[in-house]
Amino acid sequence: MKKTPNIKQLDRRSFLQVTALAGGGMMIGLYAPKALSQGRGGPGGPAAAPVPSNFITINPNNTFTVIAKNPETGQGIRNALPMIIADELDVDWNQVTVQQADRDQAKYGQQIEGGSTAIPSNYTPMRQIGAAGRALVLAAAADNWSVPVTELTTASGVVRHAASNRTATYGSLAAKAATMPVPATIPLKDPKDFKIIGKPLPGVDNLAIVTGKPAFSVDVNPPGMLHAIFEKCPVFGGRVVNANIDEIKKLPGIRHAFIVTPPAPPAAPAGAPAAGGRGGGGGGVNIPSGVAIVADNWWLAQNARKSLKITWDEGATATQSTAGYTAMAKQLKATADQTPAAAAAPAAAPAPGGRGGPQIAAVGDVEAAFKAPGNKVVEQEYYFPLLAHAPLEPQNSTAHYQNGKLEIWSPSQIPQVDPVGAAAGTTGANVTMHLVRAGGGFGRRLQSEYDLEVSRIARLVADERAAAGQPSVPVKLLWSREDDMHFDNYRPGAYHYFKGAVDASGKLVAFKDFVGAFPNTGSGTPIPSNEFPRGFVPNFLVTSGNITPFNVPTGALRAPGTNGTTFAMQSIIDELAIAANKDPLQFRLDVLRSPEGAAGGGFSAARAIGVVEKVRDMSNWATRRAGLPRGTGMGVAFQFAHAGYVAYVVEVAVDNNKRIKINKAWAAVDIGRQIVNPSMAKNLVEGGFIEGMSHIMHWEITIDKGRVVQNNFTEFQPTRMQQVARNLVEVEFVLSDNNPTGLGEPSLPPAVPAITNAIFAASGVRIRSLPLVHAGYSWAT
Amino acid sequence: MPNYRLTVNGRQQTVDVPADMPLLWVLRDTLNLKGTKFGCGVGACGACTVHINNEARRSCVTQVSNVNQAITTIEGLSNDGSHPLQRAWMELDVPQCGYCQAGQLMSAAALLRRTSRPSDAEINTAMTGNVCRCGTYLRIREAIHLAANGGRRA
Repeated sequence: MKKTPNIKQLDRRSFLQVTALAGGGMMIGLYAPKALSQGRGGPGGPAAAPVPSNFITINPNNTFTVIAKNPETGQGIRNALPMIIADELDVDWNQVTVQQADRDQAKYGQQIEGGSTAIPSNYTPMRQIGAAGRALVLAAAADNWSVPVTELTTASGVVRHAASNRTATYGSLAAKAATMPVPATIPLKDPKDFKIIGKPLPGVDNLAIVTGKPAFSVDVNPPGMLHAIFEKCPVFGGRVVNANIDEIKKLPGIRHAFIVTPPAPPAAPAGAPAAGGRGGGGGGVNIPSGVAIVADNWWLAQNARKSLKITWDEGATATQSTAGYTAMAKQLKATADQTPAAAAAPAAAPAPGGRGGPQIAAVGDVEAAFKAPGNKVVEQEYYFPLLAHAPLEPQNSTAHYQNGKLEIWSPSQIPQVDPVGAAAGTTGANVTMHLVRAGGGFGRRLQSEYDLEVSRIARLVADERAAAGQPSVPVKLLWSREDDMHFDNYRPGAYHYFKGAVDASGKLVAFKDFVGAFPNTGSGTPIPSNEFPRGFVPNFLVTSGNITPFNVPTGALRAPGTNGTTFAMQSIIDELAIAANKDPLQFRLDVLRSPEGAAGGGFSAARAIGVVEKVRDMSNWATRRAGLPRGTGMGVAFQFAHAGYVAYVVEVAVDNNKRIKINKAWAAVDIGRQIVNPSMAKNLVEGGFIEGMSHIMHWEITIDKGRVVQNNFTEFQPTRMQQVARNLVEVEFVLSDNNPTGLGEPSLPPAVPAITNAIFAASGVRIRSLPLVHAGYSWAT
Repeated sequence: MPNYRLTVNGRQQTVDVPADMPLLWVLRDTLNLKGTKFGCGVGACGACTVHINNEARRSCVTQVSNVNQAITTIEGLSNDGSHPLQRAWMELDVPQCGYCQAGQLMSAAALLRRTSRPSDAEINTAMTGNVCRCGTYLRIREAIHLAANGGRRA
């Protein structure tokens, strides 16, 4: 079918592979491990010889198959990356069929949905791939017609020579193009000539979604598949002592039931990184202790859980609780108050680019500023809780272990073959991993313990069946909603103890924050040492203390490290603005225009000012605010998160019964000079705001006796339609002259404080603790 | 296990399942109709919404033995995306992750069947049981209006 790939060097770092297809088509791939690497997680790009890839297939009938390399969990990357290729290839979008890549980082570079990195990492490489395909087709046409390439134009997958009025489809040129040398230079389009990039194009899976085709991970259904549940100890880290396995096996429809044992330790030093999982161990991966029940359908397995009798060794975590964490935070704060040494520590350098950075930042002398006569001091405590991700599709994965090989259909945001192979007692080289659309990620699927669990269970099922002389079968592991809520990697909460000062002129002169922090067991530090207003206040001190013991797994939730922190930081800034007798929006602009040393993490004051001014103008801030009725107020907040700048103004009405109605939200967003797909981009901003409403009113995870209290959406209420007024969110993009960056994350963090600052403006009540339901608030309906 | 005769999307089918098995799992695992989604198992998210006798019902809390009227699932709304709501959903590019949308469409279809031109308030009431974790409510509401208006933008 295929001829040997033709490897052509583009530059020192990247290679083009062109493969001729039987019947006259061609495949075009790019080998560019560095160019295709993403900013976070996962193994690095390959160092071995180029592997043929197939980003573009030009079919003889002049249709085009374009690879979507990254996992899709709802941010539209399955559209965005192929759109970029197709535009530079200069074909029409309706000529393109998008094909999801399997997991193969030797071919495709890193395949991650996370950190809003897909666009910044892939924008230029995807353009180069498309442009290379176009250049080869042009070279073939020029050779056929003996005319200079410069006299040729393209459109809609057709090459045209205007002077001689000749045309040829890409499909007709493909066989020849596959033999052409790669031109020395491959021009990229002038962005003004984009025909697909920047157009609001609907999701490529929309038809499948609205007609109920099996589009999601949970719908994967290979022949002979059995269905599994995995009962784990409700206390984090607890272990099975014994279980009534024999009784469970007798229940109708139950095919297998067993205590899940970890894989044998590898013979060689473990090469596979530990990923996800907890409370177990072995084989270089952590598989939690628990009982698997495998049945003909999922409900039979789930129903059998009612009959399970397990004796657990709950372990030390069973003594932990949210109340205990709170007491610990207060104790840490009291201790810190008696230890002023940190103030004398030198300022730690801001980490470049990232949002994490050091956990201590000390600039100037905050204590002297607090004591200086004429300065007004504000001192307040803030709290935000642990949160579950609660993607609507509960965690699941499907795997088939057979003859030493594992095939797996993964919904992971960070699919990895090595730990999955280890869980099945084999290696990553024996794993075939398909990437399946997931029903929401929000960072939850950056930890993929369900992949490890199903691989382990599939292996144990295969072993049991082999012992009984039965053929191996695929197994789907599906968590219940309760499992999903009880075994998340939670957004870390934090306790903030702020003290700030403004001088008589209203200038912010001192800012101090002590953070009672949950240790960073996952990604997403809640320590704001690198956050605004660092770099804009002469005296700045952030210190922290870790709440210990803390054995609850944490992880990244949409804008990790920023989403909760922004609530606290942009709220205390609002309090300082009020103390300074200033308009809160103007106060932010004033601070942003008074740099005092280095800002953190690549923060650009100019871009922050840009979105704040834009949202001021969109909302007609001053005029509208002056005319609001009693009980209605407007709030503002901004944040720099995951390379994007977002500012909101929100108008809120609060009645005497603490019922809140959000009248309107305006969002100004700066993610660079090019929005790849404005339809999804706007959708993501609206969704980020609406998620923020969930964070404000209802969402929290509390721990009691080492286990999660909340069980289902009944106790973890998301925002619902009636709380979202028609045309609630107005979005505008500030097209600054910066490289395009991602939008999965930046729209969420400032939504929360913009709303709570508006509640203050409406009611005079400052919100310092989330969620609001504890303070007697509810949504007006 | 007992046999139950179900009419699903106009087709009579017999299933041999336990009496207390929720309709959701009969549809998904016994009849291999994967369009109806599992979200919560307690009727709190609406992802499993189907029509029973043209009314929106949560199939995850509906025991198969209690179903004796015709069932319509997302696959029966139309197989080709031609239902006015499906067309509106695609025209306005409603989905983000898309997992809730089958349930949203079924709730919306039941609403339009009894109220051909619903107000915002009527839409809110009909749709409040359907969670969209991604927060596409603004587009869902506009898509219902669009479909109710014969596919013409108001």
